[in-house]
Amino acid sequence: MLAKQPSEMPQNGADLLVQSLADQGVELLFGYPGGAVLPEFDALYKAKFNNILVRHEQGAVHAAEGYAKSTGKTGVVIVTSGPGATNAITGIADAMSDSVPMVVFTGQVGMSVIGTNAFQEADVLSMTAPVTKNNYQVRSAADVPKIVAAAFQVAQSGRKGPVVVDLPKNVMNETATTEIIAQRPEPLSMIKAKEKREAMGKLTDMLMALDKAKKPLLLAGGGVIAAKAGDEFKAFARKHQIPVISTLLGIGAIPSQDPLFMGMAGMHGTYTANMAIHECDLLINIGCRFEDRLATNPKRFAPNAQIAHIDIDASEIGKIIKTDFGIIGDAKAALKEMLLAEPTATKHADWLTLNQERRAKHPYHYRTQPGALKPQQIIEEVGRLTAGKAIVTTDVGQHQMWAAQFYPFTFPGQLITSGGLGTMGFGLPASVGARFANPDLPVVLFTGDGSLQMTSEEMDVIHGYDLNIKIILLNNHTLGMVRQWQDLFYDKRRSQTIFHEQPNFQKLADAYGIQYCALDPEQNWQAALKQAMTSEHAAFIEVPIPQLEAVSPMIAPGQPNENMLGVD
Amino acid sequence: MRRVITCMMNNNPGVLNRFTSSLTARQVNIDSISISPITDRRTSRVTLVVLLKGQQESQQLLAQLDKQLDVFDLKDITDTHHVERELALIKVNAPANKRAELLAMIAPFRASIIDVGSSDVVIQITGTREKVNALLRITADYGVLQLVRTGVAGFTRAEDQ
Repeated sequence: MLAKQPSEMPQNGADLLVQSLADQGVELLFGYPGGAVLPEFDALYKAKFNNILVRHEQGAVHAAEGYAKSTGKTGVVIVTSGPGATNAITGIADAMSDSVPMVVFTGQVGMSVIGTNAFQEADVLSMTAPVTKNNYQVRSAADVPKIVAAAFQVAQSGRKGPVVVDLPKNVMNETATTEIIAQRPEPLSMIKAKEKREAMGKLTDMLMALDKAKKPLLLAGGGVIAAKAGDEFKAFARKHQIPVISTLLGIGAIPSQDPLFMGMAGMHGTYTANMAIHECDLLINIGCRFEDRLATNPKRFAPNAQIAHIDIDASEIGKIIKTDFGIIGDAKAALKEMLLAEPTATKHADWLTLNQERRAKHPYHYRTQPGALKPQQIIEEVGRLTAGKAIVTTDVGQHQMWAAQFYPFTFPGQLITSGGLGTMGFGLPASVGARFANPDLPVVLFTGDGSLQMTSEEMDVIHGYDLNIKIILLNNHTLGMVRQWQDLFYDKRRSQTIFHEQPNFQKLADAYGIQYCALDPEQNWQAALKQAMTSEHAAFIEVPIPQLEAVSPMIAPGQPNENMLGVD
Repeated sequence: MRRVITCMMNNNPGVLNRFTSSLTARQVNIDSISISPITDRRTSRVTLVVLLKGQQESQQLLAQLDKQLDVFDLKDITDTHHVERELALIKVNAPANKRAELLAMIAPFRASIIDVGSSDVVIQITGTREKVNALLRITADYGVLQLVRTGVAGFTRAEDQ
């Protein structure tokens, strides 16, 4: 709770909004003005924090996601009514899917004309209900501080996620006469006392099962990252010497090079991780919701294992996979409790050895090709140049999987990617948000020629704020992941997945004032890449890659984890 | 399997919309829903009837709905001792020469006539769904002109609360 700060003079709703945002500790927001948010932007004119002016509302939300995903802080967005709000919805749905804390303020027409199909009116509350944790419409200026405080509290409580606050224009112009008290409530626990008591009992049961297990396996989901529980997670894995696998969003929970880490599991995960799922006798899942990219066939998932599932969201437990130990709780709190237990003896040393040998024998692989650049080798080289310390943002598709497979991740929250919703166009604006949030780390975007073109307008923001972001375009002139599926499951009918025409990306980068370089396999590409990576400013690095390169290995959809294609 | 779910919710615009959108997201069809503010205007009581595969699916649905901030006291009361009642209004053909017979037929249901016209009457019945259905089978023979049912309202019996 902050001290009481009665407002000194009558303020309108918009002034109260800006004051309330300052009370919440907002450092910056991402937004785009419009008719219905004129009062808000007028108030922001005098604000002590900055609005980052994006070029499209979708970009604002993804930028806020990049900011929130890499810091755990709440991302803040302000957009206008109607099309401003509908443009934001893709990003809001993305944040819902990946549990990203965010508050999105949408302009709204005046209350006297709501429901009349007024100019730039959209029913934002109805449209965002399924993709938000909660939404509010402010109907009185005096309610602004209370609703803003509630919105930030909800975004950060329990399983994090987006909240929408709809702001009718007349309310923003209205003068509030009530005394305003600054408040910043702590996040709510969201877990009932009964659930807490049960969780303790089940944790004990699970630890007893772990003592008996001969083939235990630890699975890190996005929940470990969201709870900032990386240290506790690593400590638990090391204490009990349990092999670790992760989901896409759990990457970074433990360093890629850690001897206990067997890699990402699921559709494009490692052979070792997927075989471990098949063979383990106790699977301890922390903060992963058994999504279909991991549990490719729920009926045949981990058929030999007892399943423990620790999740902050009670509705995820037992939703997809039958669970033996369902534990409702925050990953960090649960892991702290779990760390109190002493292992009786390491009964599963041979299991760890088996996994480590398998990992050494079946790493992710690719073949270099004379006269060509392989995307995997570019990502590995970028990994070396950044010593595995960059914030890595990606778009969605093949390049995303290659980045997940080949970048040497070292810390939690390092990979900023659209996991659940799989939103092409996420990467570039997300890198903008990640750059603002991490001024001291290199920020690298791996993107593809399809994804980049969906939000390329945000390059103007990169140039305008002189953001040092390395845009690495792996260009195969195709929607590679969809084409890969067409090749595998549709008899190579490459329907609408080949780009026969493309913009001249050099001219595009030039137009936005971003330094461009193309890597040429016949020239000294390593030197060119190093030069671009070490410059003080943004760089657009275009890499021509073979059109038919596939992501490997792979589990075909519906197949169980042990049935992997392309294992070398 | 028919499940009867009850809850309370804040009586604000959009709250019911968010509640039912959760059902849509899980492809659950609403069999009946009865909702009204009780005692004061701030909170409403809901009785929801849905057809689900079983208790497991019901638990999942409840866990999902329980996340909504405006929804509380959520319960699946199907397997507990509970009372449930439904109100139906039936406008039925009742020419003078059949009226006495019709009244005699519906008497055991303790239904009442709440409106009388020259050729039809409106019957009000409250009871379980089965009782209402039984009355409807009888009135069908006379010709039902209009029919409205409120859906089930209910809660747990005193000893289970």
